[in-house]
Amino acid sequence: MAAQDRGSALRRFALGDSIFRAATFVAALTVLLLLSGVIISLVVGSIPAISTFGFDFLTTQSWNPVTEKFGAIAPIYGTLVTAFIAMLIGVPVSLGIAIFLTELCPHALRRPIGTAIELLAGIPSIIYGIWGLFVFAPFLQKTLQPFLIDVFGNVPGLNMVFGGPPYGIGVFTAGLILAIMVLPFITAITRDVFLTVPPVVKEAAFGLGCTTWEVIRKVVIPYTRTGIIGGVMLGLGRALGETMAITFVIGNAHRISASILAPGTTISATIANEFNEATGTLYTSSLITLGLILFVITFVVLAISRIMLMRLEKKSGT
Amino acid sequence: MKFTNLAIAAGFAAVLSVSAASAADISGAGATFPNPVYSKWAEAYKAETGNSVNYQSVGSGAGIKQIEAKTVTFGATDTPLSGAELDKFGLAQFPTVIGGIVPIVNLEGIKPGDLVLDGKTLADIFQGKITKWDDPAIVALNAGVKLPSTAIAVVHRSDGSGTSFNFTTYLSDVSADWKSGVGANSAVEWPVGIGAKGNDGIAANVSQTAGSIGYVEYAYATANTLTYTKMVNKDGKTVAPTAAAFAAAAAGADWKSQPGYGVVITNQPGAETWPMTAATFILVYKKPDDAAATAEALKFFAWGYDKGDKLAEDLIFIPIPDAIVNDIKAMWKSDILDKDGKPVYAGS
Repeated sequence: MAAQDRGSALRRFALGDSIFRAATFVAALTVLLLLSGVIISLVVGSIPAISTFGFDFLTTQSWNPVTEKFGAIAPIYGTLVTAFIAMLIGVPVSLGIAIFLTELCPHALRRPIGTAIELLAGIPSIIYGIWGLFVFAPFLQKTLQPFLIDVFGNVPGLNMVFGGPPYGIGVFTAGLILAIMVLPFITAITRDVFLTVPPVVKEAAFGLGCTTWEVIRKVVIPYTRTGIIGGVMLGLGRALGETMAITFVIGNAHRISASILAPGTTISATIANEFNEATGTLYTSSLITLGLILFVITFVVLAISRIMLMRLEKKSGT
Repeated sequence: MKFTNLAIAAGFAAVLSVSAASAADISGAGATFPNPVYSKWAEAYKAETGNSVNYQSVGSGAGIKQIEAKTVTFGATDTPLSGAELDKFGLAQFPTVIGGIVPIVNLEGIKPGDLVLDGKTLADIFQGKITKWDDPAIVALNAGVKLPSTAIAVVHRSDGSGTSFNFTTYLSDVSADWKSGVGANSAVEWPVGIGAKGNDGIAANVSQTAGSIGYVEYAYATANTLTYTKMVNKDGKTVAPTAAAFAAAAAGADWKSQPGYGVVITNQPGAETWPMTAATFILVYKKPDDAAATAEALKFFAWGYDKGDKLAEDLIFIPIPDAIVNDIKAMWKSDILDKDGKPVYAGS
């Protein structure tokens, strides 16, 4: 009797297990299905543009709805440059905040600063856009941009990068806004991974006579390198795809200018601006192709970060 | 920003009324330009009749796509469809209100109406051929006005827009260079300047940037107290943007010459006429699948023609002339028919 009971109970458990396994498997499969659905519809939607323009789509600057001649190089350039500026400013500041919060900050201040960072992450991007247009851009137009133009005006090379009239909005302003927007993401993740460093390791280093700077450089950062790169990549992903805030402050011009103070555009801003009113197959298809290109760029960035992580893990393993 | 608040309030009203859906509810989508008027009309119409009109202001292009896909009862567009396009889908088209587009500038010491421009100069500025405010072409039009020697910052729409369509149509009309170089469309390849999203975006950018010039629907210029310019019209007269000047353009238009009343009324003749005036249009099926819904939509627009004039004028939109309204209503009766061949709209 008892043996039979145990047998049926085990079978019940086995059935429950297999149902649970199947359910989670379906859930996991959904991701793959969704992703392939997105890729397929992007590729199908891009066919008219790709078959008309071919490879030239990637190298042409013209974006002319009247004559239906479209090229993606200006938005691709804008996307990469604004993301680069955002990372250039955002990553060091984020790491600085995270290090301060975990290693140096007085306990009483930790919670308020931490909460402030999380609140920054919670602000919708449209708010950043409106703030950028009405407050930040006029401020830059009157202060930082004339300063940059003055300082670099006579430096060959840099006078091209910081040239032109101070519009207030443009590629540089967009990069700054993006830097502010990615800051809370990178900070929150790096802070969390810094907290995973076992105190005993740090204490040992201090015991050996290391300074705080040495402990951070030689112990904390190497220990958490993978997590830091993960945080930076998440920030970069946001910077590449950010739409509304950028649409407000980048100037939306389909041109590549030598100056980063000049107006430009990004892939997502172009799509957001023009999709509603795009008429005709070719125009719509060109916008979808832009979406496909952004997808590929994001994919490549993620793939590169994976490879970097794998290399680092291998190195630390040997 | 009062203007935006109105639109938002009306939008909320529309959302609220959707939740109390009844059989008579109809939906439409399209142009952003007339959205303030349609929202106001829908609000007053709901209060009077209890019937809701849900209008999504998603842009003219999207409005055309949605009516073609039959996801809405009516579509709305600022770019009139051609006769061939209307025939292809079996659509009827009629205008609802008229608005004006004005150039706005930000120049120290220059007040609204101080500066005068003509079409050719405007085209040259937006093409980057005139780059300084004290260019001889601008000085010649403005004897006695002190113009600075600063660079002109051009601000244009970044999103596709019926306002841009009418603006570039006007520039194509007055400048051969513009016509061959840039052309007319709801989105064009702007030779110079920065792009701003929506009428609000242009208003914001111009009010912040010294030495800038842009173009907006007239109501946005007054709501944001921006410096609009006067224009030299087709008859060579200098006119200010006023309701009377917009109405003069509408009166001079040859509405019946185009299929679906699809006239573009920029650069119309007449001494009083404002040169950048534009009508906005509604699209419905001539043989609708859901005749009852289309009948409700027509009832709503008939109400707008008969009782919505004051509401439109408050927002500085001009009603369609009565003679044309009568013609449109006759067209509804003869062209928009149910399955039995009877007119779907029975009103007068």
